[in-house]
Amino acid sequence: MHAPASNPAIAVDRLVKAYKTVTAVDGISFALERGTCTALLGGNGAGKTTTISTIMGLVEPTSGQVTVLGAVMPRQRHLALHRMNFESPYVNMPMRLTVRQNLNVFGMLYGCADVAGRIRALAEELELSDFLDRPTGKLSSGQKTRVALAKSLINQPEILLLDEPTASLDPDTADWVRGRLEHYRKERGATVLLASHNMGEVERLCDRVIMMKTGRIVDDDTPERLIARYGRSNLEEVFLDIARGRGEPREVAQ
Amino acid sequence: MSVMPSDRVAYSPRRVAAIVLRHWYLLRSSWPRLFDLMYWPAVQMLMWGFLQMYVAQNSGSFARAAGTFIASVMLWDVLFRGQLGFSISFLEEMYARNMGNLMMSPLRPIEFIGALIIISMIRLAIGMVPVSLLAIVWFGFNLWSMGFALAIFFLNLFLTSWAVAIFVAGLLLRNGLGAESLAWGIMFLFLPLTCVYYPVAVLPAWLQVFAWMLPPTYVFEGMRALLIDNVFRADLMVQAFALNAVLFGLAVAGFLMLLRSARGEGTLLQGGD
Repeated sequence: MHAPASNPAIAVDRLVKAYKTVTAVDGISFALERGTCTALLGGNGAGKTTTISTIMGLVEPTSGQVTVLGAVMPRQRHLALHRMNFESPYVNMPMRLTVRQNLNVFGMLYGCADVAGRIRALAEELELSDFLDRPTGKLSSGQKTRVALAKSLINQPEILLLDEPTASLDPDTADWVRGRLEHYRKERGATVLLASHNMGEVERLCDRVIMMKTGRIVDDDTPERLIARYGRSNLEEVFLDIARGRGEPREVAQ
Repeated sequence: MSVMPSDRVAYSPRRVAAIVLRHWYLLRSSWPRLFDLMYWPAVQMLMWGFLQMYVAQNSGSFARAAGTFIASVMLWDVLFRGQLGFSISFLEEMYARNMGNLMMSPLRPIEFIGALIIISMIRLAIGMVPVSLLAIVWFGFNLWSMGFALAIFFLNLFLTSWAVAIFVAGLLLRNGLGAESLAWGIMFLFLPLTCVYYPVAVLPAWLQVFAWMLPPTYVFEGMRALLIDNVFRADLMVQAFALNAVLFGLAVAGFLMLLRSARGEGTLLQGGD
């Protein structure tokens, strides 16, 4: 269980999101310290995507409050959106546009002062130079993921939200992406919130894991302590215990 | 990161330019899209032009109304394609699954609307200018000879088309692609009611009440007055502007309400039906 952060990058306070027949998120609270990497884990329908969407200002809470860099979401989202970014499999970049055109558009949208310079730097860092002027739709999955990563870093965000950043990638490319994310976080001191079903990825990247089930937080700790507490050898086994109700997850005080 | 000072303000021309640029890149890279912008306006203009020639040869009274059919079809295209240009650009973001990227970026709704308005004008100009030149060559009808009056007609028709498109965009955000057919067909409701090709007097009295509630009706009546009687009806244009101001205000309010509802229902990330 984590102590409350004094000046959190993201603070979720008693968040409830109910749709007509379903309560997707049911009174969760957590705060993310600046510069940390946290995983939001849970099975399908656990409420991860709704939580992340609320943090991004895409969903209005039914009750409770989400603040990002001090801005209440979604009401004050314009105070925070240029300081954060995201990568998600739920969105694509326009496929007919070249990689350079896409990055140029998003660089302008995010207010980069020197868009061309930023594209050059990202092309070098993420090895995009060979296909910068090719249509995005004609790239391989791995190349598209690198482009999506470049878009998510175009504004050098203080907060990075990642939803399955390595889904559908081969192990080599996935490892490369994780390496870039680690490097970025250490270099910029960015706060990262990650939703993933890849437990190895979570163990490597994250210093905190929030476990969700049916809209509630059922555990919240470091990967090492979770593994030790559940008496398991890795996070995947802990995840299965929680998802199948086999372990003894304690209710976390909010 | 170094951020442009202009991007911290409530309305950033640079963010508007980014969206315009995105659609310009798209148009530039796709000749079928460019061809489509000119194809239907040209077909429509030719069909109505020939019809007008036939009617004029067989009716003395219609001969006086030289060019009214061609002018009608071209002004109708401003209304129809103004809305369609806006709505298609909006739909392109949904088809491309790019809406989430835009909604999670610092782009503000009012900037998005501003950009789509500019794009709709670019798209219309690509279709309209060649077709208007074709009308001069083929039928000797010069739309641009209406001068100042034409600018007023255009402005009023644009305002109506954008108002309708803005409201449809809100419906698309709220209901996903299930509302797509509205984007393609809603303006056809205006075709009989706004009396594009005939005077309002043709309608039954009770329907005339509804016709006069729509700003384009004033424009098409004004166009006929100009071409047939050589009179510019400023009174009609003032009424059209007043109605457009109300319609535009309602459309923006409706869009913002639907956007808020979409945030409540969590439909902003959905592109499906």
